Amino acid sequence: MTRLTGYMIIMALVTYAIRAIPMLFFRKKIESPFIQSFLYYVPYAVLGAMTFPAIFTSGNALIPSCIGCIAAIILAYREKSLLTVALAASFFVFVSSLFF
Amino acid sequence: MMASSQGIPLWAAGLISLTNLTSAGQFAALGIIASAGSMIEMALTQFVINLRYFLMSLSLSQKADEKMNLPQRAVVSFGITDEIFAVASSRYNGVGFQYMTALMILPILGWTAGTLLGGITSSILPSRVSDALGIMIYGMFLAIIIPPSKKSRPILWVCMIAAFLSCLLQWFSFIGQGFVIILCTLVAASLGAWLFPVKKEKAHD
Repeated sequence: MTRLTGYMIIMALVTYAIRAIPMLFFRKKIESPFIQSFLYYVPYAVLGAMTFPAIFTSGNALIPSCIGCIAAIILAYREKSLLTVALAASFFVFVSSLFF
Repeated sequence: MMASSQGIPLWAAGLISLTNLTSAGQFAALGIIASAGSMIEMALTQFVINLRYFLMSLSLSQKADEKMNLPQRAVVSFGITDEIFAVASSRYNGVGFQYMTALMILPILGWTAGTLLGGITSSILPSRVSDALGIMIYGMFLAIIIPPSKKSRPILWVCMIAAFLSCLLQWFSFIGQGFVIILCTLVAASLGAWLFPVKKEKAHD
């Protein structure tokens, strides 16, 4: 077994275990109102934390990324579909990167 | 693309993408492989970076269809990634097995194919185009969190606290990116749960 194979096996196992354990062991609904509320807010917290500030550097240069971000916020606010928002954001980054 | 510049064979890069499905984890792994880090270092790094999946999985486990059996849950958990979680959690009703597997297949294929393709073409795309594509995932995230934030003040607060804290923590570069996400999630979601507890029916709907 090469070293590379060892790395690959460890990566796959650790990553899978983290994902699978909660899904497999928390089969019953959790009753605690606090934990229920906590889990209700988790998706929004995760996505909020992942989007900011990463979005400002996602397009390499700062200004085009900000323009793309503003476009995405406006379109998302108007409840456009995921794909529309994503494509429009990258379109704005591309166009504005021609100028800045 | 990064793998090929570090001298990792294409088949291995493809296999890593297929078995791990985690962008941040894969990037970190490349660094460790390149510097010939220890196996323990690898395991720990993957653990910390991917710990956020623990929270995602826990959150999804509450939405999962109760009819889903153990093997089905085992399959579904393989697909818990930032993107798939984002889409699945935006569904308010029970997340069933068929729904999840259908949701998983394309991204998994796309991800692996993307790695292989990236390795082959390496940098055929003009950098302006690949830079512009980088924002897509965040655009998607915004499209998921903003509409519910309009309707629910608590959700808006949770998003803003998480985003603000995440920006703030960037100054402390010794905290790894994986930890930042976990920390922000724990703080923002706990504050949300503490200040605006969700009524029982609502948490399940």
